[in-house]
Amino acid sequence: MKILVTAKRIPDPTQKLKLKDNALDFSGANWQLNQFDEYSVEAALRLTEDGANTAVRHGQVTVASLGPADVATQLRSALAMGADKAIRVDAKDDELDASIVAKTLAKLVEREKPELVLMGKLAADNEGNDVGQRLAAILGWPQATFACSIQVVDGGKAVLVGREVDAGVEVKKVQLPAVVTVDLRIVSPHAVKSGRTKPEFAYAEGPRYATLKGIRAANTKPFEQLTFAQLGVTAKATTKVLKVEMPPARQAGKKVGSVAELVEKLQKEAKVI
Amino acid sequence: MGNILVFLEQADRRLRPAALSAISLSRAIHKASGGKLLFVLIGDSVGDAAKEAAQFGADGVLTVEAPALKHYLAETYAPIVARIAKEQGATTIAGCATSVGKDLLPRVAGILDAGVAPDVSGVVSAKQFRRAVNAGNALQTIEVLSDVVVVSGRQTDFPRAAASGGSSPVTAVAAGAIDAKGAEFVELQTQKRDRPDLTEARVVVSGGRGMKEGKNFAILEQLCDLLGGALGASRAACDAGMVPNDLQVGQTGKVVAPDLYIAVAISGAIQHLAGMKGSKVIVAINKDAEAPIFQVADYGLVTTWEKAIPELLAEIKKIKSAS
Ligand SMILES: Cc1cc2nc3c(=O)[nH]c(=O)nc-3n(C[C@H](O)[C@H](O)[C@H](O)COP(=O)(O)OP(=O)(O)OC[C@H]3O[C@@H](n4cnc5c(N)ncnc54)[C@H](O)[C@@H]3O)c2cc1C
Repeated sequence: MKILVTAKRIPDPTQKLKLKDNALDFSGANWQLNQFDEYSVEAALRLTEDGANTAVRHGQVTVASLGPADVATQLRSALAMGADKAIRVDAKDDELDASIVAKTLAKLVEREKPELVLMGKLAADNEGNDVGQRLAAILGWPQATFACSIQVVDGGKAVLVGREVDAGVEVKKVQLPAVVTVDLRIVSPHAVKSGRTKPEFAYAEGPRYATLKGIRAANTKPFEQLTFAQLGVTAKATTKVLKVEMPPARQAGKKVGSVAELVEKLQKEAKVI
Repeated sequence: MGNILVFLEQADRRLRPAALSAISLSRAIHKASGGKLLFVLIGDSVGDAAKEAAQFGADGVLTVEAPALKHYLAETYAPIVARIAKEQGATTIAGCATSVGKDLLPRVAGILDAGVAPDVSGVVSAKQFRRAVNAGNALQTIEVLSDVVVVSGRQTDFPRAAASGGSSPVTAVAAGAIDAKGAEFVELQTQKRDRPDLTEARVVVSGGRGMKEGKNFAILEQLCDLLGGALGASRAACDAGMVPNDLQVGQTGKVVAPDLYIAVAISGAIQHLAGMKGSKVIVAINKDAEAPIFQVADYGLVTTWEKAIPELLAEIKKIKSAS
């Protein structure tokens, strides 16, 4: 199967945020691959291999990102995990919005002709949760968002996707080509069933680490750099962030000495029981 | 500005609570933008829910019914919402940021080439909204630049609207050609629970990895039942299979804002805090005095749950029987 995986860099979520001129200040940010995108790289690899022999790739996994030159670091990390090819579309972080990203990805899809686009369900920084759905709309493809499991069916013509929805798990079948966005549990041991991996095979929980060999190989894998102009993208942003503020800090409260004191406080002070 | 079209979720012939939050959001936008306020309901049989929706003072309630629309699919619903928005001159399309809203509304926006303000917590003006980003550690004001605005509201930030009486005209709209684009609903795997819904409960009791085993959640369930609350969990507890995944609270789970949130054996990772920081009163019970959860807790108790929860049950029973 030919899969296009999308990747966005985000500032390390454990770093304290800083503001400058009503915007987030990223001058000291440690950039990393958005976790959900890392999970989609993992899912793409699982879909194109036999879990018992991950050295052979059946199909092709291409990872694409829009961003400045430094994004190469995150793309290389995906190549080191096992992806075959990377594409970077040159862009400044702050000129992008969901609409421009989706339209650019649509152009990449035209060019690369994947059967499946795998994406993180959201970027953990901006939490937009909308690029995949927009892309599917533009392409006229079916979509399966918030995937916690994915199984190749109908001889590779469709996928059966378990979706984490508010009421539980919804199972949805989509014909390929399709857009699938992944949730956390897509990296649990039995979440991805490629048809090639034996059903009883259990993956290690979580995305795989790059091996030393993988890191070395990453430097020799195809790495394409493109511009909006080359792709024919002329889209304008449909949204703009006007300002960013810190939310009012929650006051740390007090420690209570006993359960009896806690219950008294909840009853008399907070009046919630 | 033009009119406002609000997508209302319904199930079992009734409006879902999320629909009432969507109405609250749309009323706030309507105040800022004017125009007609229109509701749309889609399904195989939405007549009763539409009658209910007619009591909220909208200028019209539109229903789209067809057997093929029985189960929600983004592929079939999105083109209908987009088409009706055009027909009705709607320049705002609103809904609630549930798992349906988050799946549907960006697809509608993709069809209409419109900007989305996703998961907003407040309305600044007809085109400007406030929303939490970076796991709730920053608040963004976002402006939609396109002529059409698509917006979804975070359920906990828009209280359920109250009916305003009166009766809006209900009009059936043709579904038109329905094309699922090769998508098919197979099944919903769900568990019926007797307790209130996590996102709507007044009290939420959540357990974390420190609960050690699924069967230990029984004691938290007792606490829930005593307080009329819902059970929640951290990701670690869900991943370990102690409780079903749909109980997860946090950035990737449910966002809750009850009057009382009790976090038991949860460390307080930022992704967890993102889902419960908006609670009115937070209680943390954790054996580690340094756990970050204590930084957001109004009341913290440093001890094991094995010791604290049985005592807590006994104390609360005492006051319940006294009152
Ligand atoms: C992209 C991403 C998204 C995520 N989304 C979410 C999310 O939506 N929700 C979420 O919850 N997490 C989420 N996480 C995971 C999060 O980072 C933490 O790993 C998780 O919340 C930890 O769960 P925990 O607090 O139960 O476990 P731990 O961090 O292991 O904490 C267990 C706590 O239990 C205490 N404890 C142990 N034994 C006892 C005892 N006997 N009595 C009392 N206390 C005890 C310990 O002191 C400790 O503080 C996400 C992570 C990532 C990377």
